[in-house]
Amino acid sequence: MSALTEDLKSQILAYLPRYPSKQAVTLPALHIVHDALRCVPVEAIREIAELLDLSPAEVHDTMSFYGFFRDARNPLGRTRVWICRSLPCMLRGADDLLAQMSVKFGVKPGSTTPDGKISLEFAECIGACEGAPCVLINDEHRLNVTADQVDGLVSELQKKE
Amino acid sequence: MADFEPVLLGRILKKASPSLESYRADGGYRALTKAVNEMTPEKVIEIVKDSGLRGRGGAGFPCGVKWTFLPKNHPGPIYFCVNADESEPGTFNNRILMEEDPHQVLEGIIISCYATRAWKAYIYIRYEYGRAFRALQKAIDEAYAGGLLGRNLFGKGFNLDVYLHRGAGAYICGEETGLIESLEGKRAWPRIKPPFPAVEGAFRKPTVVNNIETVACVTHIIDRGADWFKSMGVPPDPKNPRDVGSYGPKLYCISGHVNKPGCVELPLGVTVHELVERHAGGVWKGRKAKGCIPGGLSMGFLREKEFDTPLDFNGPVKAGCLGLGTAAVIVFDETTSIVDVLHNSCQFFAHESCGQCTPCREGTGWMLKILDRFRRGRGRREDLDILLEVANSIGIIPGTTICGLADGAAWPVKNAITKFRDEFEEYIKSGRKVDSPSFVAAH
Repeated sequence: MSALTEDLKSQILAYLPRYPSKQAVTLPALHIVHDALRCVPVEAIREIAELLDLSPAEVHDTMSFYGFFRDARNPLGRTRVWICRSLPCMLRGADDLLAQMSVKFGVKPGSTTPDGKISLEFAECIGACEGAPCVLINDEHRLNVTADQVDGLVSELQKKE
Repeated sequence: MADFEPVLLGRILKKASPSLESYRADGGYRALTKAVNEMTPEKVIEIVKDSGLRGRGGAGFPCGVKWTFLPKNHPGPIYFCVNADESEPGTFNNRILMEEDPHQVLEGIIISCYATRAWKAYIYIRYEYGRAFRALQKAIDEAYAGGLLGRNLFGKGFNLDVYLHRGAGAYICGEETGLIESLEGKRAWPRIKPPFPAVEGAFRKPTVVNNIETVACVTHIIDRGADWFKSMGVPPDPKNPRDVGSYGPKLYCISGHVNKPGCVELPLGVTVHELVERHAGGVWKGRKAKGCIPGGLSMGFLREKEFDTPLDFNGPVKAGCLGLGTAAVIVFDETTSIVDVLHNSCQFFAHESCGQCTPCREGTGWMLKILDRFRRGRGRREDLDILLEVANSIGIIPGTTICGLADGAAWPVKNAITKFRDEFEEYIKSGRKVDSPSFVAAH
């Protein structure tokens, strides 16, 4: 069975005119698949390779370099929550925030809640240091997440569809 | 300096709309129109060169000079890559520019492409900047609709397409050749130079890579002239024949233990003290500072007694730091353990080393292991010398790595041990342990 729907394939192919090489579509393709399937299964790697005239090993090489992409053994939950741990955030309580979030969700960074709703991660600097400690919810920043805000944020994220 | 009026943040401080209409109403795209209608590409390059604009991304290389390295009369294509991978800890000025005034950035890109005769521009934007990505995409769509991007622009046969390319969470993609490799769909392993990107860059073609803040400066230089830009900042150090000066406004980011963290625009050369006291509300909780990082994590440390250091391209170097970097100041107060700060730094670089060069891949890991050992109460006095030995052996400066990531990993170690040695020795002697959950120490 094909891992990529016709729609995903055409989304990937739409990137081809932007670049002088097909290989340059690797990252856009990985993002498209990862967003839709919450991971990049081996079969999808093969199909991306076929679309881009690459060896599956080349696609896998790129994919595995970026810690960002998950394989089918550890798919993402619906919402990905990154807790920044770099210096500006660390100085304003990021270690405690990460520990607190981990306890509230009952998972360690890198894991997903059993109901498949939340994947918790630590992040290196996410570039919102004026609002440290900060978190990234999928790809949007949330600033100044102080200890008193954790409960509110956790219940908001659990309700998020 | 009292009469300095922010330019890069001008519309942002007014909370002006990021729309094309609002940008135009504030005089936006005037500089582009002037450049395309009244100047040859060579003239634009000359003005940017005369302005003394140096790259804002960290290395401080003169922007106009970089453009002149492109081969003359090249049949094309020439590519223009915009580095929006801003990942240096403490740095967020590019994010603010892109999120809140994307057309200012885009105008700079279009002018720069006109000057360098680039047909395609790729904005390599880190994945984490979702809001900035969407703001820029909207601005690009508006620009196509408004005849500012596409074919035969201004009826001058000038063609330009601008594309956004999203990264995937790797710090190394901010290194210009790592960025190019990543754009090409490969792992972001920096290239050995030469050839420099201007000769052989993206897709093996001549390529310029410039930072977001740098291209935003280009807009204002064309609008107001090189002399205006040069009226701000610090002239070349007469004792240093290689110094080309530090001109123009700069976006300084201030974070950490200050009352008002944020991004402020000031002429290059403001001191750390002035930034902290006048622009960031002083050190928090009524405490004193112990030190700071002057320009993003990889630049090393300044002690509180060095806060009179001017933040131009030379100041931090004179104080033993690696450079001005991204001009992102991270302040830590007197109660902060330097061991914890350095541990955090080592953790970052061990995580972000791309693994290509052995000295960096292994060295950053070793340094982190030693810092971990300190924090488990198992430090040994000789560890400080081992740390220094590793730090002195990795990087471009000792000649053991391809890119500067390892220099950036080494500098905080060198500065911390040199400038705060007593505190390290005391910590090791005390056998203190840090009580932290096991996964927090994981890397």
